[in-house]
Amino acid sequence: MTLEQIQKKLAEFYKGIAIELIEGVKHPVTQAQTGDSCLVVPADKIKDICKTLKTIEQFSFDCLSNLTAVDRKDRFEVVYHLFSYKHRHSLTLKAVLPRDDSAHIETVEGVWSCANWLEREVYDLFGIKFDNHSDLRRIMLPDDWIGHPLRKDYKEEEDYHGISTTRPPLLS
Amino acid sequence: MELNTEEMLLNMGPQHPSTHGVIRFVVKTDGEVMSAAVPDIGYLHRSIEKIAEKATYNGFMPWTDRVDYLAAMNCNVAYAMAVEKIAGIEISRRAEYLRVIAMELNRIISHLLAVGSLGMDIGAYTPFVHALREREKANDLIEELCGQRLTYNYARIGGVIYDMTPNWDAKVLAFLEQFEPLLNEFDRLLTDAKILKKRLGGVGVVTAEEAINYNLVGPNLRGSGVKWDLRKDMPYSVYPELDFEVPVGTGEAGVLGDCFDRYNVRMKEMRESVKILRQCFERIPAGEYQVKVPKKIRPPAGDVYVRTESTRGDLGVYLVSDGSDKACRVKFRCGSFNAMSIVEKISRGMMVADLIAFIASLDIVAPEIDR
Repeated sequence: MTLEQIQKKLAEFYKGIAIELIEGVKHPVTQAQTGDSCLVVPADKIKDICKTLKTIEQFSFDCLSNLTAVDRKDRFEVVYHLFSYKHRHSLTLKAVLPRDDSAHIETVEGVWSCANWLEREVYDLFGIKFDNHSDLRRIMLPDDWIGHPLRKDYKEEEDYHGISTTRPPLLS
Repeated sequence: MELNTEEMLLNMGPQHPSTHGVIRFVVKTDGEVMSAAVPDIGYLHRSIEKIAEKATYNGFMPWTDRVDYLAAMNCNVAYAMAVEKIAGIEISRRAEYLRVIAMELNRIISHLLAVGSLGMDIGAYTPFVHALREREKANDLIEELCGQRLTYNYARIGGVIYDMTPNWDAKVLAFLEQFEPLLNEFDRLLTDAKILKKRLGGVGVVTAEEAINYNLVGPNLRGSGVKWDLRKDMPYSVYPELDFEVPVGTGEAGVLGDCFDRYNVRMKEMRESVKILRQCFERIPAGEYQVKVPKKIRPPAGDVYVRTESTRGDLGVYLVSDGSDKACRVKFRCGSFNAMSIVEKISRGMMVADLIAFIASLDIVAPEIDR
């Protein structure tokens, strides 16, 4: 299915809910599309939509290829890259969240098992909370780490348990 | 007489010879049978994705080596492909072939270590030495190509950094000539050995549904019987022009998707890589190996997700550009990370000794998990 077909079919299931198609970026000279197009869906409907995308035969997105987030300074984007082994089509889904500490979104762990760890990684590095996640702990960093490093405004603490995080320059 | 038993918490790692890097497992066990092995990762987290936001597009290339040091060439190329795709850069055919040659040589190097260390982990030391001996020869070849033995830093945005040295192709072909019969020897020594089949057969079974649900990729996915290889099914670079097979697990040592299947897929893939390399040297055209690109690359603001078949399977690079000369976000979606997340599920009810075999058969590389 092409992205337009997916959008149209999804709109049949979710009447009155905005599912926006954003075209991928075009090359400034050749005007050929070089970026990926995506569907932007409301964050509060994400689990429902993902379940539909996995279970409805025409979609059959049986594989969550990637789940990550992007800090856009004024908002968080949670990005889902879905893929179907059956129909061999892929889809980029995005959900936009407010950019503050209260940012949260429903987990899709129940839809694809691999989302468990991918969401833990996003929680650890961006501080986006996943509601109803079975095991929302830090995964890369120690449990007592302060801050979420992949945020654009992250400031590293001066020390961690008395170990300095900076060192004097080797050349003075 | 009744013996009171109670569940024990055992710590395996972070420094453990069988964990292939710095990973820790919290093993819950009652005697030899585990109730679960919970992986604890992050010991090798070097915040490569944050560094990507601070470095220029070209300047980040050496860091991609460190994502997966056993398949540095694949990481180089995956990142370069992502930048080229969004910036709309077309590279020359010669560069494509040089990349494929380097990647397939890298696949042999990586798989040799994977199958060798699997043997060593379960007690067969000799095959490991044989594998490393061959790996050294391949390392010498790749050193002649790009000057490095491990962290190659070979691909560039717009091509590769060096052309092959004179007569290098003959050296590689000579290596393949003597390497291919050695694969048969390796098969006799390890694959066909009854002990290995009994040791790996039926252990750590991952069904095709589980593999897809946990997004296992590459040899781990194919070991479960899913015939899926990005080089064949979503072809990129010059792979469509090359003729090779995609080996899948058959369950010949026990159950489909067991440790032996994953091991055997890797053994067979090395033969396919030999085939690909031979074809590449027949077909490689003359020409430029690097196209002209601006010193500071400023791709248009947008995002792109590129998937390539690395030695550990589908390596996804998600690149977000904001129009400046530094990336807004780079995410490496690595095979080892997903492979690690299935360990807890599969390890339930497994013997402690089988956990070693299971981890080895997943071919996990710790830096790739943590990045």
